[in-house]
Amino acid sequence: MSQLRRPMTGRFKRRRIMDRAMTFAAYACAALAIIPLTWIVIYVFVKGIGVWNARFFTQLPALFEAGGVRNGIFGTLEVVGLSAAIGVPVGVMAGIFLAEYGDNILGGTVRFTADTMTGVPSIVVGLFVYGVVVLNTGGAYSAFAGAVALAILMIPIITRTTEEMIRLVPNSIREASLALGVPRWKTILRVVLPTALSGIVTGVFLSVARVAGETAPLIMTIFGTYYAISKNIFDGPTTTLSLLIYKLGGAPNPEVVKVAWGASLLLILIVLGLSLLARLIFKGEGAKF
Amino acid sequence: MSYLHEISEPVVEVQDLNMYYGAFKALDSVGMKIAKNRITALIGPSGCGKSTFIRGLNRMHETVPGARIEGKVLLDGEDVYAENVDPVRVRRKVGMVFQKPNPFPTMSIYDNVIAGIKLGRRHKKSELDEIVERTLNQAALWGEVKNKLKDSGMSLSGGQQQRLCIARTLAVEPEVILMDEPASALDPISTQKIEDAIQDLKKSYTVVIVTHNMQQASRVSDYTGFFFIEEMGAPGQLWEFGETERIFSNPKRKETEDYVTGRFG
Ligand SMILES: Nc1ncnc2c1ncn2[C@@H]1O[C@H](COP(=O)(O)OP(=O)(O)OP(=O)(O)O)[C@@H](O)[C@H]1O
Ligand SMILES: [Mg+2]
Repeated sequence: MSQLRRPMTGRFKRRRIMDRAMTFAAYACAALAIIPLTWIVIYVFVKGIGVWNARFFTQLPALFEAGGVRNGIFGTLEVVGLSAAIGVPVGVMAGIFLAEYGDNILGGTVRFTADTMTGVPSIVVGLFVYGVVVLNTGGAYSAFAGAVALAILMIPIITRTTEEMIRLVPNSIREASLALGVPRWKTILRVVLPTALSGIVTGVFLSVARVAGETAPLIMTIFGTYYAISKNIFDGPTTTLSLLIYKLGGAPNPEVVKVAWGASLLLILIVLGLSLLARLIFKGEGAKF
Repeated sequence: MSYLHEISEPVVEVQDLNMYYGAFKALDSVGMKIAKNRITALIGPSGCGKSTFIRGLNRMHETVPGARIEGKVLLDGEDVYAENVDPVRVRRKVGMVFQKPNPFPTMSIYDNVIAGIKLGRRHKKSELDEIVERTLNQAALWGEVKNKLKDSGMSLSGGQQQRLCIARTLAVEPEVILMDEPASALDPISTQKIEDAIQDLKKSYTVVIVTHNMQQASRVSDYTGFFFIEEMGAPGQLWEFGETERIFSNPKRKETEDYVTGRFG
């Protein structure tokens, strides 16, 4: 008789039942984890898709009837775009610094600060920017102030992912470049960064997605207006999709609340789209080394 | 021990070289001359400091945190460790091929070859084409890749990647080429191709090659240096140095003889 096949003794049976149970539990928990996301997306879709029409995308919000969110769409692109313009260069360069020159006290301090910053409530960042930027520009709410707040939220995330991605670049590739007589800074620029690029871009997209839906810090920096938004990025209140959801969602008129659902759907799709894009970039180019 | 007497016109002359990783002394007072347009093989048991030694020749040793060096390395009579010598210039004159093929993963075959020369003066496209073809030929790779120069360097086999790395090193036109077990990760046919390429290089370059393969050392090299550590934790030393034929046929020290005849190591 084979050594491997044995009669189904009690211990063997118990082990198999236990094994099945654990596998089932793991699957069940995984399913449980994705239920909220799926539910939210479906719920928002059902509630919001109804108001998606030409008026929704091209008109300004109205108080007593279903209006549009043109200013919110524009404002979101403006404020988030501006924050990326500030946050991406700063974050990426800080990440390069940490990975390549950061094994010292200064590096440790920057790393600790960045990690702490990711935990600071965003409303506190908003209040900070209100005090430092808004009050110092004559009390003017502006797209710029909002962008500064979002950039502050974005920078630590980009910094840390950039550092991680650069550290993943094998040392052998750095050595190859140095041994060719390529100076250190050029090695970083021409060899290390391109190799880490897809990972860095992924981090950037995820951080942009993360701040695109921020509301609290924007109340205190761009204020959030129903109406036409300021053309001057340094002066005058503006609004975003997230702020419009906040304001329209609390309106007494159910037609107006529907517009808030439509805006929620748009915002969710933007954030999901960015995350998806980030994944695609990483998948497509991730396996370089 | 120092073997400075054997070679009259060296490209590289190493004098009383001590190399450290932090507090650990990896090499103890090595003296060696490296002959021009000759192949010098470095052999010895694992951990005796062969890699450390050649990384001392092109100032790659100092890229390791905490690494330190004492002594002199004269390149054409000039100490590469003298003050105000730029390590970048040293590395352009003393190129290096590593044990594991390491092409730049984001670059095409073509761009890999010219990676090291792009930062100097501007080259015309035709000039670059010429360099790519010539160096790939020297590395015995041209025929296999001439129709796919735009493909990624990573798309090549390990042996082809290593020859690409050799071509990349040649493109910089160094005087000396250091090779750290360049064929140890490769199959016999790739190894043969690389050995052939090395033989050809001798005409225009000085080659130092680290190898664990005794046949390879005796086949390709003109001079051989045997490194040895007396006991665990002790620094490595240049135990014996001389013409390859003599080292293999008539070694002066017992340890050398034991090693080259395969009795230990
Ligand atoms: N980066 C490093 N940091 C600390 N010690 C090191 C480092 N690299 C090498 N060493 C030590 O220096 C000594 C010499 O190592 P080296 O790599 O030069 O030996 P080797 O002769 O090239 O060996 P092998 O034949 O296995 O490649 C060893 O004791 C090794 O542990
Ligand atoms: Mg070695």
